[in-house]
Amino acid sequence: MNTDEKLVMMANQIAQFFAAQGEARAVPAIADHIRKFWDPQMRSEFLALVPGAEAKLHPLVRKAVALIR
Amino acid sequence: MTPLSDEFDYGTPAVAAEQTVSLSVDGIAVEVPAGTSIMRAASLAGVAVPKLCATDSLNAFGSCRLCLVEIDGRPGTPASCTTPVAAGMKVRTQTERLKTLRRGVMELYISDHPLDCLTCAANGDCELQDMAGAVGLREVRYGYGGDNHLADVKDQSNPYFSYDPSKCIVCSRCVRACEEVQGTFALTIMGRGFESRVAASANVPFLESECVSCGACVQACPTATLIEKSVAEIGTPNRSVQTTCGYCGVGCTFNAEMRGDEVVRMTPSKSGKANSGHSCIKGRFAWGYAQHKDRILKPMIRASIADPWREVSWDEAIAHTALEFKRIAAQYGRGAVGGITSSRCTNEETFLVQKMVRAGFGNNNVDTCARVCHSPTGYGLKTTFGTSAGTQDFVSVEKADVIVVIGANPTDGHPVFASRMKRRLRQGAKLIVIDPRRIDLVHMPRVEASYHLALRPGTNVAVLTAMAHVIVTEGLIHQDFVQTRCDADSFAEWAAFAARPEHSPEATEEATGVPAAALRGAARLYATKGKNGAIYYGLGVTEHSQGTTAVMAIANLAMATGNIGRDGVGVNPLRGQNNVQGSCDMGSFPHELSGYRHISDAATRALFEAAWGVNLDSEPGLRIPNMLDAAVDGRFKGLYIQGEDIAQSDPDTQHVLAGLKAMECVVVHDLFLNETADYAHVFLPGSTFLEKDGTFTNAERRIQRVRKAMAPKNGYQDWEITMKLSEALGYPMPYSHPSEIMDEIARLTPTFAGVSFDKLDALGSIQWPCNDAAPEGTPVMHRASFARGKGLFVLTEYVPTEEKTGPRFPLLLTTGRILSQYNVGAQTRRTANSQWHTEDRLEIHPHDAEQRGIVDGSWVKLASRSGETSLRALITDRVAPGVVYTTFHHPNTQANVVTSDYSDWATNCPEYKVTAVQVALSNGPTDWQREYGRHSEQARHIAHDAEAVPAE
Repeated sequence: MNTDEKLVMMANQIAQFFAAQGEARAVPAIADHIRKFWDPQMRSEFLALVPGAEAKLHPLVRKAVALIR
Repeated sequence: MTPLSDEFDYGTPAVAAEQTVSLSVDGIAVEVPAGTSIMRAASLAGVAVPKLCATDSLNAFGSCRLCLVEIDGRPGTPASCTTPVAAGMKVRTQTERLKTLRRGVMELYISDHPLDCLTCAANGDCELQDMAGAVGLREVRYGYGGDNHLADVKDQSNPYFSYDPSKCIVCSRCVRACEEVQGTFALTIMGRGFESRVAASANVPFLESECVSCGACVQACPTATLIEKSVAEIGTPNRSVQTTCGYCGVGCTFNAEMRGDEVVRMTPSKSGKANSGHSCIKGRFAWGYAQHKDRILKPMIRASIADPWREVSWDEAIAHTALEFKRIAAQYGRGAVGGITSSRCTNEETFLVQKMVRAGFGNNNVDTCARVCHSPTGYGLKTTFGTSAGTQDFVSVEKADVIVVIGANPTDGHPVFASRMKRRLRQGAKLIVIDPRRIDLVHMPRVEASYHLALRPGTNVAVLTAMAHVIVTEGLIHQDFVQTRCDADSFAEWAAFAARPEHSPEATEEATGVPAAALRGAARLYATKGKNGAIYYGLGVTEHSQGTTAVMAIANLAMATGNIGRDGVGVNPLRGQNNVQGSCDMGSFPHELSGYRHISDAATRALFEAAWGVNLDSEPGLRIPNMLDAAVDGRFKGLYIQGEDIAQSDPDTQHVLAGLKAMECVVVHDLFLNETADYAHVFLPGSTFLEKDGTFTNAERRIQRVRKAMAPKNGYQDWEITMKLSEALGYPMPYSHPSEIMDEIARLTPTFAGVSFDKLDALGSIQWPCNDAAPEGTPVMHRASFARGKGLFVLTEYVPTEEKTGPRFPLLLTTGRILSQYNVGAQTRRTANSQWHTEDRLEIHPHDAEQRGIVDGSWVKLASRSGETSLRALITDRVAPGVVYTTFHHPNTQANVVTSDYSDWATNCPEYKVTAVQVALSNGPTDWQREYGRHSEQARHIAHDAEAVPAE
């Protein structure tokens, strides 16, 4: 996997964990986790690739993107 | 043997009884707990009764007949070791009758014992010699000419100790130590009467027997029969330094017994609260790496990894490193450098490295090797309980009724704790093992697991959630505990989640491979009301895509059954390396400062900023896998690595090497030119645990002193080297002793507030939290309430790993370690321990082997999507069909060239435990292995002066 693929996979994994808690709690939890554990460069690289990778993103990740910014 | 330290042998073990009994021994009044032996009572009164078969680490045996006493009003001369005290008893230990009897006994012993005391290795350290003096032996009336054992042949097969049957007095101390202390049952007394002799297994040489070389028999032997070869070679030690073992997370206390600056032997200390006088083959014997010829003692630098190393002065190496890191920061940005702390180094050294990175490098790119082992424990237990640590002390297992071992192999990975656990199991505690592999604990002498759930690798969360399903749906919840101690909303949500039909054992059986009936039985057993259930787990839980989820699933089970907050229960992560707990506590994760406080917390940051005189970045830094990704992508260029060999220990070796090769300055601070050093530009020689002062924190949160036994052969302790580098970078951190670093840690970390070297010296050890509320530490956590207040239940949905088997890779590889080796083997491979494990082998089930035409010992190629390597097969039904297993101790195997880059969702802890592989016959090492070996040889070349290549 290259770094972009890895970032997408990592974000989706986070979403898969929080999904059990329901969307209302999961979306902010996903964003919070990424803000707390990913360094700023990883976050900006991830946000930069979101437009081209929407189809590969877990639906909850797509909803969390706005909160990560 | 007699330890050199001042640890007194009371002859028989202490008795825990509330009632006391008063008696007199030789006219001296003494009060002891009821049930105490007369021998121990006499010792406590200051009266030493002669003895040979008794020692206070073993139950009384009563065979040597030397400890006889007279008791007023009682007939005969009973053995004081086996006779309990009684109220008002009047004991006499020295009478004419006793003197005569004892001399007679000693005459018999000595009539069949070599009289070579002056040239005997135990001269001056022999209890038989001492007793001959104590009883006043002056003649042996029987002579020496009759039948005897003087010509018996010495067994020298074990590399660390010899067995000389001619010196054996058949006291059975060794046999009893093997049974009672170690729990291996490898030794016995063969024959009867005069023919009685100690035998290993079925009378085979020690090395070929079931003996695990823990040293308990050597420790127990009162003569030179079982004695360390190092004592025979060097002579008896003349000083002793108490310190903490540098191997696994048990943290055994040892006495480094020295003569001059040379270690003669390491003996386990009875005062050590983690080990209570026991040891394993690694800590007891495998310390020779400290003097190994491979050790690098001079700093070295080179401009390119294609160049040979050039030895330089410390000043030049430090100045060169600082210049390079400054250059890289100026050229690529301050985020282009980072550091890795080591779980093998002290708390103080780890704290300093993270301080240097945060304050000196000016970023938070600091991580620790705990990233690749127990980082999910940190996240999982902090979320559920409120703090990132195990809940119990080791001695707690002695009150457990049901023990669950999941994803851990204590007899190999944590052998001294395993001995404690086995003792409890022999007393009747029940055992549940959850592991893809049939570890030794499942079935061994006098231990039999009630359940072995041999789950498919990667399905921990499904199994644990199915156990939760049984507990919820069968009414096994501990309602009082849950209602008073746990968060009500999270419990209600979790109980409803667990009760769903898709989480039942029957529904998950197909995915997990665990029969539903067995899983239900195991869940019921763990949740037995009124019993203490204790869970012990290891990297088989954490090193998965769902490692953190599994930790939280374990915490859920413990809370739901009320198995938290008292002795005998708890959630207990078994830590791999000696200071995994400490390296995590010390703030060496990129997102948090010491005491697990997030870097984004302004109040915490302000505390550190005021103490350190710098502004700290409020954003998390890069974790180890992220550093390597960033290096491959060209934005991370400089890395300082203290005591960690990421090229061998981290997953997906080719990706790790690509990251290292892409950097411009890799600094390896270590004992040896390890695999990572092949890709390094600076080598800073490190010091061993025998050469430094500081503290380690073991798996039970026990902070223990590490004391310098000898001067560092490389010139400096590791904390001094980090200090030099930081100063050269423009951020001086002046300390004159590690105690000052601990004082700073205590000032800045609430859970360490009461810790100091003075207090550690006074108390022996301290389990954090240690503060005003718990001035002497906290053996068992969460007694009245959880660290977070109410315990939090978390939903643990099973998500299968992306690493899947298929036609190309139909088998699942899982990895682990073996008793005699430690981690990447850098230390243990440089000792005689390699005699037990000369190579990594691939365990494969007979069915899978037959399908592939593999026989035991065949060379096989192990291939995955990441890479391939070759090693020899070991055919065994320890692994299930479809599962293969290997260790990662040998760099010529490089098992991690096969492991994937999948990792835990929360922490990026690599998924070492699940890799889809194919196995096929091969002719020997792969091309990649051969090329790797060639490169290693070339990369380790050290230039002589004439061929030196300038570094700049």
